[in-house]
Amino acid sequence: MDFEAVIESLPRYGEPLLVTVGVTAASAALALVLAFALGLMTASRRLAVRAPARVFVEFFRGSSVVVQLFWFAYAMPVVLGVQFDHLIAAGVIALGLNYGAYCSEVVRGAIAAVPQGQLEASVALNLTPLQRMRLVVLPQAWPEMIPSLCAFAIMLLKASALVSVIGILDITWLAGLIGKQPGQDRLLHYAVVLVIYFVLAWLIWTGMRALERRAKRGLGVDARPAKGRLAPAVAAGGAR
Amino acid sequence: MPSPTTEPLIEFDRVDKSFGDLKVLDELSFRVDPGERVTLIGPSGSGKTTILRLLMTLERVTPKADPERDGGVVWLEGEPYSHMEKRGRLVPANEQWLRRRRSRVGMVFQQFNLFPNMKVLRNVTEAQVHVAGRSKEEAEAKALDLLDLVGLAEKTGEYPSRLSGGQQQRVAIARALAMDPDVLLLDEVTSALDPELVADVLAVLRDVAGSTSITMLCVTHEMGFARDVSDRVMMFDGGRIVEQGPPEAMFSEPQEARTQDFLRAVLAE
Repeated sequence: MDFEAVIESLPRYGEPLLVTVGVTAASAALALVLAFALGLMTASRRLAVRAPARVFVEFFRGSSVVVQLFWFAYAMPVVLGVQFDHLIAAGVIALGLNYGAYCSEVVRGAIAAVPQGQLEASVALNLTPLQRMRLVVLPQAWPEMIPSLCAFAIMLLKASALVSVIGILDITWLAGLIGKQPGQDRLLHYAVVLVIYFVLAWLIWTGMRALERRAKRGLGVDARPAKGRLAPAVAAGGAR
Repeated sequence: MPSPTTEPLIEFDRVDKSFGDLKVLDELSFRVDPGERVTLIGPSGSGKTTILRLLMTLERVTPKADPERDGGVVWLEGEPYSHMEKRGRLVPANEQWLRRRRSRVGMVFQQFNLFPNMKVLRNVTEAQVHVAGRSKEEAEAKALDLLDLVGLAEKTGEYPSRLSGGQQQRVAIARALAMDPDVLLLDEVTSALDPELVADVLAVLRDVAGSTSITMLCVTHEMGFARDVSDRVMMFDGGRIVEQGPPEAMFSEPQEARTQDFLRAVLAE
């Protein structure tokens, strides 16, 4: 195996790595915004609000990401006359919509899991529906969402490799390309990519853990792993 | 104390409430005078908690076709509460109407329902600032007074999860009082507490009852508290009033067999 050839070609990963990170970050941001919008809509009691969001979510969850990528990159310009200057935008939108649809269920579930008594107390204090959501429900639902959102963020990182099907050069495609060249070992290049993905996933995981701990501290709960310590009392009316 | 000439603060006029096929309140009518302390007793499922939840607008009355003729309306301070007037007719109230009116009413819950994402002080100031429109300083001063009243002035910086149930419930009482309600609803406020914590909560409520003229509707199994604090005890069964009267009469010589049975069972606990 030729390690030297691999090491010499490492700088070539720079730009594709930026693509992988950029596509992941941009589509995660889009997905997060959509997740909250759709999650709040699907949690609504009004059918006129709930129904369109539900249709959107089921459509994007129920159809293939690869087909969506092709559609945004190649079909939409023909059918709707909307052309992206950079194909990467099509990739970000397809992944963002897809993962936004998935994550909206996380948001909806976490909102639904806030105890009914919390809503009743906020009605008793005469908060408006918007204040109930902003001051009471979301701050309690948010820490519950983080672990699932973290899992989706890591899945999204790995799914970003799919943008290669619309001709965007990311690290996975690059590994395949360089690996085919004479004097290069394809397996070693795939091993490099494996490590890069692992490190990126670890960064996401670490960041999300820190975020979760901070969020739980905002509920008066110590979220550090318990060592010889009893589990913290569940905040909402748990301690009797 | 209430006099017969005053206009009732609360009036239930032939109110029905059903959950699906289950009729919880059946043509229920009663009045509560300003400043009156009423204790609601009765077996579980008799409709007592539903009455409080209707008053807090957590439930809506089951509407009747012609409220002017058939009632089914809750009135507060002489104005419709469960309903509102629209083109001279009573129609079920919408959220805007309820928002205008429900600020007269405050509630303390069996499970406290403090907001776990806010420290004690903010639990008591949040609605004062966002709903009553008070300044932060004004709200905090009021909160500190009330937390002092309930004996928790030193806990303002704690999260609710760090407090005992009894302490949480006392904060919940302060939080409800901070909004200056005319009516305070107490829904089995000691039922979720360990026995040794009950006394402190009841002492705070006795204090509130003794030092203010707030109208209180109280669902409780604490008969001693009911006897000390209330002007009137109402016994419910099957969504109807079985019997009512001053606590001395109700507890020492109840007239109805169902009241006698119920009190025997509760006092034997």
